[in-house]
Amino acid sequence: MRYAETGYNLEIDLARGNIERVETDPKMTELHLGGLGTSVKIHWDRVPPETKPFDPENLLIFSTGLLNGTPAFSANRTVVTFISPESGLLAYPMMGGFWSAELKYAGYDKVILRNKSPEWVYLWIHNDKVELRDASHLKGRGALETQDLIRKELNEPRAQVAAIGLAGENKVFTASIEQSRSSASRLGGGAVMGDKKVKAIAVRGTKDVNLARGAEFMEHMKGVTEYIKFRNANPIPDVMTILSGIGSPQEMVHTDEKWHTENFMWGNARTRRREFWSKENAENWTSAQLSTVQRLISCFNCPQHCGALVSYREGPRYMMKCFGKLTYCMAAYVDDLGFNFRILQRATEYGVDSFSTPQILAFAVELYEAGILTDKDFEGCPSDKEGRFFWLLDRVARREGIGDVLADGVYAAARKIGKGAEEFDHNTIKKHEQLPLKLGTLDPIYFLMYSTNEKISITQIEGQWPQSAFPTMEQREAFVKDWPQLPDEKFKQYLLDWEIRGEKAIPFFPTPDIAAEIVDWMEMLHNIDDACCICAGMSSFCLKPPYHIHNYPKLISAATGMDIDEAGLKKIANRSRTLHRALNNRRGMARADEKPPQDHWKRRFPDLEEQLLSTYYKFKGWNNDGIPTRERLEELDLGYAAEDLEKRGILKNGHD
Amino acid sequence: MAMIKKKIKTIKIDADKCNGCRGCEIVCSAFHANPKYSSNNPARSRIQVITNRLQNKWLPVFAGEYTAAECMGRDKYVIDGKEYDECDFCRASCPSRDIFKEPDSGLPLKCDMCEDDPPQEKPMCVQVCLNDVLMYEEREEEVEEGLEMEAVEAGVGSLIDKYGLKTIADTVARLAQKG
Repeated sequence: MRYAETGYNLEIDLARGNIERVETDPKMTELHLGGLGTSVKIHWDRVPPETKPFDPENLLIFSTGLLNGTPAFSANRTVVTFISPESGLLAYPMMGGFWSAELKYAGYDKVILRNKSPEWVYLWIHNDKVELRDASHLKGRGALETQDLIRKELNEPRAQVAAIGLAGENKVFTASIEQSRSSASRLGGGAVMGDKKVKAIAVRGTKDVNLARGAEFMEHMKGVTEYIKFRNANPIPDVMTILSGIGSPQEMVHTDEKWHTENFMWGNARTRRREFWSKENAENWTSAQLSTVQRLISCFNCPQHCGALVSYREGPRYMMKCFGKLTYCMAAYVDDLGFNFRILQRATEYGVDSFSTPQILAFAVELYEAGILTDKDFEGCPSDKEGRFFWLLDRVARREGIGDVLADGVYAAARKIGKGAEEFDHNTIKKHEQLPLKLGTLDPIYFLMYSTNEKISITQIEGQWPQSAFPTMEQREAFVKDWPQLPDEKFKQYLLDWEIRGEKAIPFFPTPDIAAEIVDWMEMLHNIDDACCICAGMSSFCLKPPYHIHNYPKLISAATGMDIDEAGLKKIANRSRTLHRALNNRRGMARADEKPPQDHWKRRFPDLEEQLLSTYYKFKGWNNDGIPTRERLEELDLGYAAEDLEKRGILKNGHD
Repeated sequence: MAMIKKKIKTIKIDADKCNGCRGCEIVCSAFHANPKYSSNNPARSRIQVITNRLQNKWLPVFAGEYTAAECMGRDKYVIDGKEYDECDFCRASCPSRDIFKEPDSGLPLKCDMCEDDPPQEKPMCVQVCLNDVLMYEEREEEVEEGLEMEAVEAGVGSLIDKYGLKTIADTVARLAQKG
C-alpha cells in the first residue's frame, strides 16, 4: 500500500483517446516528494527542450501534492505544469479550491495530458471510470458556467471541475484554468489546455487516502491547529494589515486599501497616486465591497476566508480572491471599485489571469494615447475608460483585431507592434508581466527573488521575511522573540541589525551573503509547499506561518512512513528546485535573462546587483552563468542532468 | 413504558458561519477509519456539507437514521431567497441518494458523536471547525426506555432489506456455528 500519495497517475493520450492508469515509482517520492517536485522530473524526462508550447509533445500535468486529501489544514493546491507559451519556460501556476483532494480520493496523484484531441472534449474521472467526453456543446461557454453545466449533465453535484473559458479556447497567453473559487492563472496554462482541445477536467472520488502513521500525524496536527487559532487571534503588530495575519492576503475581509492603491502603480505600471485613499474614496470602496461580498469562503479543508462569493448590484455571481479585487480598476485608472467587480466577472468567465491581463489592456491604452496604436486599431472602441477596458478585454479573449496581437502578452505584442512599443514594455521579466510596483531604492532580497526564481512571480516566492526593516529596536526585539519558524537562530541577528536608513539598510544590508541565505530559505519553503500542495498562504507566503521547516518533516514522515529529517527535506527541496533550473537552462535561460525591469527601482546599483547575482549563484551551487555545476548536480543525485547539460554545451566541462 | 434519564448530545450548527471547507468531513472519516486515523475519505463521513457555491448554499448535515424507503411526499424550502432541494435538510441514509452510505458496501452510516474510549471531549468535527459553525452541547432529558432503534439493529435491518431475511438469518446461523 502507498501512503499519503495514491501511487497512480493517469496518462491520457488525447490524439488517440487512450487512457492508462500507471503505477508510479516509489523512488520518485523519496527523491522529489510529489506535486511540483515529481512533475518537474516528468517534464525533464519526457519533454525535450526543442518542444514548443503548442507542440503536441508539450505535456500538461495537473498534479496533486503529497498532503492533499489528508487532514492537514490547507492542503488544497493543484499544481499545473507545462511549457509556457509566454515565457517558453516550465511554468507552474497553482490553484486552490477543491479539485486536487477529489483527484486523490478518485485514486490518482496526477493527470498527464499529452498530444492534442482532434475534437473538443472534457475528461471525466469517476474513481476507476475515466472517459473523454464530447465537449462540442460547451465550446464558447464561460469557465464558471462550464463547471456547473458539466455537474448538471453528469448528475454529479459533488464533482469538482477545472475548466477553461473562451480565452483558453483561443490560446490567449494569459488564459487561466478556473475551478470553484480558484484559478491556475499565470503563464498561460489555459492556452495549452485549449490547444489540446480539452475544455475541462471533472473529478469525483470516493476512495481512501491512507496515512502510514495516522495517529501520530493527528498529534502533529494538533500543534498546527493550536497555532492557527493563536495566529488568528493574535495578528502580528507593526506590519501592514494584510501581512499581519495568515492565509492568502485577506482581501475579501479587509476593506482598507490605502496600501495597495497608494503604493502600487496605476495604469501600465505607470503612476503612483499617493493621495488616492481619500475619505470619499475610502467610503465608496468600503460600501461597494461590503454590499458585493455575499459570503466569505475558503478552499478545501482550510479555516481561513481568503475568497468570497460576490455579486455586484444583483449581477451574476462569481467567486473572487486576493489582489484581483483591484487590478482592473488600477490598470484602467477607474476610481469606482464597482467597475472592478463587473469586469472581473466577465474576465473570470473568459478565464484570464487577473494580474497580467489588466496590464496588457493598460499597455494597449498607453500605446493608443502615444499614437503607436491608432483609431484603426481601436475602431468601435468606446472612449470612456471603463468601456475601453471592456472592449479591449473582449478583443483579447476573442483574439479579434488588435486583441489578437495583445493576446500574446505585453512582451510579444510590443515586438510585433514595433514603432517604439518596446519602450512601453517596462514591467516584464522573462517575458512575463510583473506586479505593478515601482520603488525607490534597490532591495537586495527582492532583486534576487525577482531575478532568479523559476516562478517568475514575486508573490509566490516571498513571504517569510518582513518586507522592510522595523524602525525601532523595540519592535525588532519583539518580532524576533517568538519566531520558531526560523531555520536557524542566526536570522534573528540579521533582523535586529537591519535598519531603515544608513549603512545597515537597503541596498547594502542585508549583505549579498545574508540576502542569499534569506532568499534560499524562502524559496525552499515554497518548494516544500508546492511538493505537498499546502497553500503558501498558511506557510511560505506569510510571516510566522503554521507550517515550517521544523514541523514539515514530522508531518511528512508520519503521512508517508518515509523517515525524513530536516536535512533530508531540505535536500529534496533543493534537488527539485535545481532540476527545475536545469530544465529552464536547457531551454536557454541564463544569467542574461535574470533582470528585473530597469525602472523597478529608481536607484539602481549595477555593481552591487552583479555581486548579488554572483553570490547567490555560488551559494546555490550554480556557475557564473546561472547553470548548476556538475558538482552540485551530483551532490543532489542529478548526475544525469549534468550529463545532459554538458552534452548540449550548456554546462562546459569543468567550468564554474 | 418506563422513563429513564438520558444524556442528549447536540451539535448546534450555525450554517451562516460555514466557509464550506469540509474539514469536518475529512476528520470524521479519519476518526472512524480502522485503525483510527489510518485513512481519509469524505465519502465515508457522517457529516456532509451540502454545497452549491454559486447559489450561496453551505449546509452541514449529520447522518441520522437508516430508512429502507424514501419519502413519498417531499418538501422544498426557500429560505432567504435560496431554494433548497427536497432532501437537503434530511439526515437519513436513504435509497433516494448516495450520501451517508459506505461507498464500498452501501451500508448505512450514522453519526455516533465520536463515542470513544476514553471519551472525546467533543466530536471530532466540532474540534476541527475553527469557525465555530459546529458547537457541541450536552443536556439530560427524560425519555421512554427502549424506543430508540439501536445502531446494531439499524445495520442488521439494512442488511435484511438488501439481501433478504433468509440470507441474513442463514449467515448469522452459520457464523454462530463457527463460534
